[in-house]
Amino acid sequence: MGLQAQRQNPSATDQPTKPPARQEDQPGARENGPPANQQPGAQNNQNNPEIPEAVREVIRTAMGLGAPPNPEAAARGQKTFVATCGFCHGTNATGGAQGPNLVRSTMVLHDQGTGKEIAAVIHNGRPDKGMPGFATLTEDQVHDIAQFLLQRTQAAANRMEYTIQNIVTGDPHAGEAYFHAHCAGCHSAAGDLAHIANKFDPVALEGRFLYPNFNPFGMGPPPDPRALKHVSVTLPSGVTYSGVLAHIDDFSVSLREDSGVYRSWVYDDVQGIRVEVHDPLEQHLKLLRQYSDADMHNILAYLETLK
Amino acid sequence: MKLKALGCLMFLMPVGMASQGLDPAAILNPVPGSWPTYNGDYSGKRYSPLTQIQQGNVRDLRLAWLYHIDTGPSALPWGPQIKSTPLEVDGVLYFTIPDHAWAVDARTGREIWHYKWESKGGIHIGNRGVGIYREWLFFETPDNHLVSLDKNTGKFRWAVEIADLNLEYFSTPAPLVINNHILVGVGGDSLDVPGYLEARDPETGAVQWRFNTEPRPGEPGSETWPNAQAMEHGGGMTWLSGTYDPELNLLFWGTGNPNPVHAPQSRKGDNLYTCSIVALNPDNGKLVWYFQPSPHDTHDWDNVETPVIFDAEIDGKPRKLLAQAARNGYFFVLDRTNGKQLLTAPFEPDLNWSKGVNAIGQPIPDPAKEPKTDGALVNPASGGATNWPPPSFDPQTGLFYVSSAPSYSVYYLTDTSEHPEGYGGRDSPVWSQSALVALDVKTGKIRWRHVYPEESDSLAGVLTTAGKLLFTGDPSGNVIAFDPVNGKPLWHAGLTSSVTNGPMTYELDGRQYIVVGAGDTLYAFTVSPR
Repeated sequence: MGLQAQRQNPSATDQPTKPPARQEDQPGARENGPPANQQPGAQNNQNNPEIPEAVREVIRTAMGLGAPPNPEAAARGQKTFVATCGFCHGTNATGGAQGPNLVRSTMVLHDQGTGKEIAAVIHNGRPDKGMPGFATLTEDQVHDIAQFLLQRTQAAANRMEYTIQNIVTGDPHAGEAYFHAHCAGCHSAAGDLAHIANKFDPVALEGRFLYPNFNPFGMGPPPDPRALKHVSVTLPSGVTYSGVLAHIDDFSVSLREDSGVYRSWVYDDVQGIRVEVHDPLEQHLKLLRQYSDADMHNILAYLETLK
Repeated sequence: MKLKALGCLMFLMPVGMASQGLDPAAILNPVPGSWPTYNGDYSGKRYSPLTQIQQGNVRDLRLAWLYHIDTGPSALPWGPQIKSTPLEVDGVLYFTIPDHAWAVDARTGREIWHYKWESKGGIHIGNRGVGIYREWLFFETPDNHLVSLDKNTGKFRWAVEIADLNLEYFSTPAPLVINNHILVGVGGDSLDVPGYLEARDPETGAVQWRFNTEPRPGEPGSETWPNAQAMEHGGGMTWLSGTYDPELNLLFWGTGNPNPVHAPQSRKGDNLYTCSIVALNPDNGKLVWYFQPSPHDTHDWDNVETPVIFDAEIDGKPRKLLAQAARNGYFFVLDRTNGKQLLTAPFEPDLNWSKGVNAIGQPIPDPAKEPKTDGALVNPASGGATNWPPPSFDPQTGLFYVSSAPSYSVYYLTDTSEHPEGYGGRDSPVWSQSALVALDVKTGKIRWRHVYPEESDSLAGVLTTAGKLLFTGDPSGNVIAFDPVNGKPLWHAGLTSSVTNGPMTYELDGRQYIVVGAGDTLYAFTVSPR
């Protein structure tokens, strides 16, 4: 019981109130790596080609990655690598039948794209391990290979840039049936969801229907105004104020009226205050706790038909 | 008159002798009202015997001072975060953020010194604080150095490398001092590197012993991996300070998730000793027992959360216990003499990733909830049902308190190759909230659970005191004193940020202080002693 019993705003207990402020790095985020709620575009950056370079740079910095490789050098290096090294080390350098994985090789990681650490091995080989030397490769070619390997390493280390594969695998008919049973009270395929699949890529669309208001980085599409919570505050005098919920915690509540006026109350100082939060996303949260993965896939497959 | 003068002199003596340093033997029985380790003592209880601030006067708790850190412009669009719990030794607070350490007057908040480490890089996500051995202070850096300073002056002594930055290790824990061992853990799971815990010499920084979180081929535990290659790249970082039982001479440490993180196809098996609690002999680093709360983790649920030790009667018999609220959402109570599980219970109601609990007390992962190319909807999110923010055990209530994050993520497998790398997948956070949960350590039942009204996965550490108070922070920027019996808020203050560390307390000259870190500021609160 505890707080639940003495809370003046019962509906606040289980309902989120607003998208999390883009506040400090909070520990809830993965700690053994940059926090999720600091990663702009974490939801779908790979699927959103328009992610700004500046954001990519912030991600790189947060991930502790060094300077990126020169893309042209890396492209040249890839060609040389595939032709010269790919047979043993695999065309993507993750190891082959005879050669080890170079992406997580300590020597390659120490080389950091310079070519200085790996040059001697490329030129002289490792005769004891059966690797021939490639004495004819020029210094520039070795440098290019090093840039390619750096690109591979950074791609492995930068999970924010991983490509999410096809996620539209469900049964659209089953999704449609689920939609009619659970969602059609508020949404319609011909109305608010018309052409929805043209507006968002599948990963964004999935996040959007699971919980529409979750936009932790301020980088995604702006929250739908229909998702805003409203609140009614009734004072002991009987006067009621209503508006968009601006803030709520265990001690106070504030709202913004349609007129733009902002009002707030401290519970301790207004004994008998009644606070009612109206959460348009209540049904989304309820379904979130019920979906099977098949439901999730089916609903997405159905929404993807709404082109 | 004479007597009074003598009294004054005696009173002053401990102050005059304050620079004798922190004898590691003294950490075994901390001076009442001091806070000489990350967790305040070796137990991890974060329960203080101080009573000056108590239920009767907590409403009068007021700001004594604040200390705002200034580290200049940042390469990142967010400011510094104090995640360290300050140590209080001889009237001085010592704390850190990545690359920075401070000494601040614990009575006034005045800066005594500030030290900056010139970094070569690494992930600057957080730093948990310092360890102190006699006159020497130790902290770890994002570019994997153990730095030692003179605690009185902040003067640099030496730095030694403890992990390889080029392999994407980075280091965040507060070093733990046990006898003449400085225990240093490491972090970093971007590139499939192995985890380890080292004891370093306080005078030279030299390695005394190393415990590897993966066995070597042929050793016990290696049967939980498919091959040597998987073990060599198996992860299992050691990024949060452990606890210590001097009577059993056992060190307890939590280990991180296995690698590749979300793509498990190349590491079939339980993957020992990742996502485990290991009990080590601190003199030589030898494994005495282990318990694995998350066998074969695929969700990034590092199991580093504080293994809290305390004694209590179970079924009428006094038991030496160890309890952990794990990132995977389960609460575990073990017999800490042998690691045998006594209790496993979920502390979040909507967990959906396990098929139950096996005969030895481990949750059984549901393969259907492993990351999938088209996504698996899982509670909790990869940040976990809880995370590093320190929990507390209050012997007065018999309750274990933890900040939790009810949350969902969709986990996508992105690397379907036979030999995936790094994370091999991503999770897309869907929704989260924050709660404070009180657990009965004898039954695992949730005694009370307070869900904060504001939606956020912001988590703060917890402190309990003999003044019948529990201090923590909410996601809305409040530091709050709760009644630990029933979860009723008794006092709060709005700060410029949510609490970002574990609150701590100490007493100086007859005055008790409560200190919390929130973003870039330390806040100290007191009541009037008279």
